[in-house]
Amino acid sequence: MYLTIVFGPLLGALIAGLFGRIIGDRLAQLVTTGFLILSAVLSIFAFKLVAYDGHEQLIQVFHWFQVGDFQANWALRVDTLTAVMLVVVTFVSCLVHIYSWGYMADDPHKARFFAYLSFFTFAMLMLVTADNFLQMFFGWEGVGLASYLLIGFWYKKPEANAAAIKAFVTNRVGDFGFALGIFTIFAVFGALDFDTVFGAVQSKTDVTIPFLWMHFNAVELIAFLLFIGAMGKSAQFFLHVWLPDAMEGPTPVSALIHAATMVTAGVFLVARAAPIFDLAPHASLFVTVIGGMTAFFAATIGLVQNDIKRVIAYSTCSQLGYMFMAGGLGLYDAAIFHLFTHAFFKALLFLGAGSVIIGLHHEQDMRKMGGIYKKMPLTWIAMIIGTIALTGVGIPGTDFGFAGFFSKDAIIEGAWEAGVAGTSFGYEAFWIGIVAALMTSFYSWRVIFMTFHGTYRGDQHTFDHAHESPRSMLVPLALLSVGAIFAGVVFAGDFIGDKQGAFWRGATVIEAAAAPEHVAENVADAHGAVEQGAPATHEAAATAEGEHEGGGHHVPTWVAWSPFAVTLIGFLIAWYMYIMHEGLGARMAANSRFVHPFLYNKWYFDEIYDFVLVRGARKLGDLFWKGGDQRVIDGFGPNGFAAATLAGAKRIAKLQTGFLYHYAFVMLLGLVGFITWILVSGATGGH
Amino acid sequence: MNALPHILSLITFLPLVGALVLLVFRASARGEDAAVIDRNAPSVALATSLITFGLSIWALMDFNIADPSFQFVEKADWFGGMSYHLGADGISLSLVVLTTFLMPLCFIASWGVVKKRITEYMVAFLILETLMIGVFFSLDIVLFYIFFEAGLIPMFLIIGVWGGPDRVYAAFKFFLYTLLGSVLMLVAVVAMILTAGTTDMTVLLGFDFPAGMQTWLWLGFFASFAVKMPMWPVHTWLPDAHVQAPTAGSVILAGVLLKMGGYGFIRFSLPMFPDASQMFAPMVFTLSVVAIIYTSLVAFRQTDMKKLIAYSSVAHMGFVTIGIFSMNVIGVQGAMFQMISHGVVSGALFLIVGVIYDRMHTREIAAYGGLASRMPVYATVFMLFTMANVGLPGTSGFIGEFLTMAGGYLVSSWIAFGAAFGVILSAVYALTLYKRVVYGSITNDKLNDITDMVRREVITFSPLVVVTILFGIWPSLVTDLTGPAVEALVEHIAAAAPAVQ
Repeated sequence: MYLTIVFGPLLGALIAGLFGRIIGDRLAQLVTTGFLILSAVLSIFAFKLVAYDGHEQLIQVFHWFQVGDFQANWALRVDTLTAVMLVVVTFVSCLVHIYSWGYMADDPHKARFFAYLSFFTFAMLMLVTADNFLQMFFGWEGVGLASYLLIGFWYKKPEANAAAIKAFVTNRVGDFGFALGIFTIFAVFGALDFDTVFGAVQSKTDVTIPFLWMHFNAVELIAFLLFIGAMGKSAQFFLHVWLPDAMEGPTPVSALIHAATMVTAGVFLVARAAPIFDLAPHASLFVTVIGGMTAFFAATIGLVQNDIKRVIAYSTCSQLGYMFMAGGLGLYDAAIFHLFTHAFFKALLFLGAGSVIIGLHHEQDMRKMGGIYKKMPLTWIAMIIGTIALTGVGIPGTDFGFAGFFSKDAIIEGAWEAGVAGTSFGYEAFWIGIVAALMTSFYSWRVIFMTFHGTYRGDQHTFDHAHESPRSMLVPLALLSVGAIFAGVVFAGDFIGDKQGAFWRGATVIEAAAAPEHVAENVADAHGAVEQGAPATHEAAATAEGEHEGGGHHVPTWVAWSPFAVTLIGFLIAWYMYIMHEGLGARMAANSRFVHPFLYNKWYFDEIYDFVLVRGARKLGDLFWKGGDQRVIDGFGPNGFAAATLAGAKRIAKLQTGFLYHYAFVMLLGLVGFITWILVSGATGGH
Repeated sequence: MNALPHILSLITFLPLVGALVLLVFRASARGEDAAVIDRNAPSVALATSLITFGLSIWALMDFNIADPSFQFVEKADWFGGMSYHLGADGISLSLVVLTTFLMPLCFIASWGVVKKRITEYMVAFLILETLMIGVFFSLDIVLFYIFFEAGLIPMFLIIGVWGGPDRVYAAFKFFLYTLLGSVLMLVAVVAMILTAGTTDMTVLLGFDFPAGMQTWLWLGFFASFAVKMPMWPVHTWLPDAHVQAPTAGSVILAGVLLKMGGYGFIRFSLPMFPDASQMFAPMVFTLSVVAIIYTSLVAFRQTDMKKLIAYSSVAHMGFVTIGIFSMNVIGVQGAMFQMISHGVVSGALFLIVGVIYDRMHTREIAAYGGLASRMPVYATVFMLFTMANVGLPGTSGFIGEFLTMAGGYLVSSWIAFGAAFGVILSAVYALTLYKRVVYGSITNDKLNDITDMVRREVITFSPLVVVTILFGIWPSLVTDLTGPAVEALVEHIAAAAPAVQ
C-alpha cells in the first residue's frame, strides 16, 4: 500500500512525461490524476491505520549505497508524523491535479505540466517517508527540482526563468547547510538513519566537535546546520527572497508547492529531528527568533502588495514563521498542527485566487479588480472561508472556530506558556504572534475587499466577460473549504489536545520543553522503536501524555482572547480603509514617502542581494577569468614562454601539422633516450 | 563465464589492430578505392570499439569483486629488467570500462559529422583507445610511462587536424603544460627505478622510499598529474583544448584523459609516497577548494558553451582531488565515483553542445535561446545532464560530490565548507547556461527551423542517460567494484604512514 502511495505518482509522472506526446494530453491527465486519487485515498486509509490503530511501518525498499560506514537505504518509514504529511501532500496534490484540468485547459503543454506535478508529489513523498537523512536530502532536492521546473513552466517568460533559477539557487544555499549538517551527523554518530541517530542523541549532548575555527557542541551544531536547510526550503528570513518570485509559476503550482507542501518541508524537518532540536536550546532559540522575525517581516510586506498572489505568498512566509516559532519553543505538535490546517486554507486561498485570475483573463493586480463577487459568488464564498480560517476566527474556550483558530491560537498560547516556563524568547514570540495576527487579519481582508467588493477598477471589457470558473476548479475549492472549516475542530484533540499521546506515539517530541528529562529520553527511545511497534512505544507515549496533562492549557483570559481581539481590529481597519472610505488605502500609499516604499519594495532585500551577491559573483568571475587566468597564469605561464620562443617555434613549425610531428618526434627521441638510460642503468646499477 | 586467456592484452590492443587494418587499407588504396575505405572506416571503428567494450564487460563478469589484488595478470620479460606486465584491480577496471563505454559513443557521435580525413580520424581515436587502456592496465612503470606519454600524440593530432580555428594555440599550450609535467615525472620515475632496482609496480607499491626522497618523487609525479587533472592553477590549457577539439575529442578529453591524473594519484602518489602525500595533503586541499570556487565563478562568466563546461570540469575535478587526499575510504571511493560519473556526465554535456554545434556551427551562448519550443527531446536530455552536473540526488553526479565532501569533512570541516560553495555555484552557472540556451523565446531567426535530435543522436545519448540515473539510484554498481581495492589502499597507507590516522 505504501509503495503505491509513493511510487504511483512517479509512475504517472513517467508515463505522462515520456509518452505524453504519444498518448495525448487527455490520457496523460487521466493517468496522473488517477494515480493521485489512488494515493490520496490510500493515504487517508494509512492515516487511520498508523495514527489511530498504531501500525507504524518501516519498509526497506532497496539498498541505496554503502561506502564504509556511510550507508543509506531507500526506505519508507511511516509513523504518525509521516502519515499526517502523507494526507496533506496527497490530498492537496490530488485536488490541485483536478483543479489544473480547468486552470490549464488552454495550455499547449498539459502533459508536461501534469508530469511535473506528479513528479513533485513523488519527491515530496520520498522526503516525508525517509528513514535517514540522505533519502530526506534526495526528496529535499527532488522537490527543489520540481519547484524549479514548475516555476519556470512558462519558459518563454523571462521573469519566470529568473524566478526559477532564484528559487533553485536560494534553496541550494539552504542545502549547503543541510549537507554540512549531514556530514556532521555522520562524523558524530557514524550513521545516518533516524533510529540510530535519535536513539543516541542523549549520549552526545556533551560532545564537542571542531567546526571551522571553533569547537561547538555537536548537537547544537547539527541542529543549527539542519535549520539552515529548513530556512532555504521554507523561505525564512534572509532566504525568503525566492518565494514571492515563485508566484511567476502557474497558480495551481503556487497552491501545491509554495503554500501547502514543499515550503512546509522545513517545518517537517524540525519536527522530524525534534529529538535533536529538543536537546539543542541555543539552536532552538535561533529557530524561534528567525521564525518570529519572518512572521513579522513577511506580514509587514503583505500589507502593501498589490499582486493578489504575492500577498498570499507573503502570508505563507509569515505563517511558516509561526510554525518555526512553535518548533523552536519545543511545540512541535502545534507546529505540525498549524502546518496541517494551513495546508487546507492556504491552498484554498491560492486556488481561489487562481479562480479570480482566470475569471478576469489573467489579471493579478488587485488595483484593477473590485466588486466582482456577483460575477463569481462561489469563488467569493470560498475565499471568505479561507480568510476566516487563516485569520483564525473562533471563540476562545469553546469548540467553535475555523481551522486556523485552533492551530494558531495553540502557537500563540503555547508561546505565552513557554514564556511563563522561562523559555527564552517565549514572551517575545507571543507578542510577535499577536502583532502578526493583527496584520494577517488586515491584509487578508484587504484582499477580499479589494478583489470582490467596492467598485470595479479594471477595463470594462474584462469585467463584462468575467465569469465563474468551471466545475473542475470549483470542486477542489469546495473540498478545501470543508477542510478549512473543520480540520481544526475535528483534529485538535488528537494533534494538541488530551488525546495527543495516543496519536503521536513518539513520532515527534511532545511538550518536551516543559517535560522532565526522562520523558524526553523515553520519547527518543520510542522514536527509535518505531519498527517494532512495541509496547514500549505506548508506555513512553503514555508518560509523555501524563506530563502533558500536568502542564495543561491554562493561560490568562486576556491571553486567550487577544488573538481574537486583534483579528477583529484588523478586519475593522481593512473595512474602514477599503469599504467605508474606498480609495483611502491607495491615497495613503501614494502619500507615503518612507514606510510604504520600504514595505512595497520588500525591505530592499532583492536590491541588496543583487548588488552584493549577483554583481559580486559577476565581478569576481570576471576578475578570476580575465585577471587570474588570462593575465596572470597564462601571461606568466604558457604565453610568456610562447612570446619568448614563438619566433623559433614558428620557423620550425611552418605548417601546423609540422609542429605536431615535431612534438611526436621529440617524444620518440625522449623515449629512445629514456629506454637507453634504463638499459644502461639496469645493466649496471640494477639488481 | 570462462576466463579468456590474455584478456587484458586483447582489450588493450584490439583497437590498435583495428587501427592498423584501416591504415593498411587506406595507405594502399587510391582514388575511388580510397573513398570506399573512407566510407566504411566509421563502421570498422565502431565495430572494433564495440567488441572492445564487449570484451571489457566479459572481463568485468569474470572479475572477482571481493579480491583487492591484481587479477588477469600477464607478465612477460622484456629487456633491461623491464617487463610487459598487465593486471586489473577494481580501480583500473572501472576506468577501463568507462573508456570502452565512451568510445563507441564517440564514433556514433562523429558519424557523418567528420568530413575530412575520415579514416585517419578513426585511426587516431582507435590508437588513443589502446593507449588509454594501456595506462590503466600497466603494472610496469616504464610501460605505464610509455602509454601515458604516447597518449598525448593522438589527442594532439585530433585537436590539431580536426580542431577549430585556434587549434595551433591550443595545441601549443597543451604541449607546454604536459611537457613540463612529463619531464618532471620522468625524472621521478628514473629516480625510483634506480633506488628500488625494479620497474615492477607491484614491487614499487610495497617499496618503502625514504621520507626525504618521497617528497621529491611526490612532487615530480604531482607536476604531471596536476596538469592532467587539471588542478588550479595549471588548468588554463583545458578550456582552450576543449574549445578547439572536435566534439568526440572533447568527450574523450573530459571523459578519460583527465581521469589519468586522478588514477595516477591513486595508483602512485598515495601508496608509494604515503608520507609525502600526508605532508602535501593540506596543499592539495587548498588548491582543490580554490579550484572549485574560482573556476565555478569563471564558468559563470563564459560566453562559449564549451568553455563553460570545461571550467565546470575543472571544478568537478577539484572534488576528486579532495576525495583522494582525504585518504579515507569514503573520500577515495567518492573520488573514484566522481571520476566515473564525471566521465559520463561531462562527456554527455560536450555531446550536447555538439548536437547544436553541428546544426548552427557556433558555440556562442548568445546565438541560442528558446530551443525548448523547437527541440523538446533535446531540452529534456539537456535538463537531465544539467541536473547531473549540478549534483542533484538521484543522478550519478550527487554521489561523487557528496562522498568526496563527506571524506573531506572527516579530515577537516573547512574542506567540506569550501567545497560546498561549489554546490551552490554549480547551480548558478549550469542553470544560467540552460536558461540562456533552452528557455526563453527564439530571437535568432536561424533557429526557427532547427530540428530536434535525430535517431543517431538519440542512440548516442540513451546509454548515457541510463547510466547517469542508474548510478544515481544504485551506486553500488560502481562502489562494490572499486571498494575492496580502495579499502586495501587505505589500509596500506594507514600502515605505511601511521600519522594519517
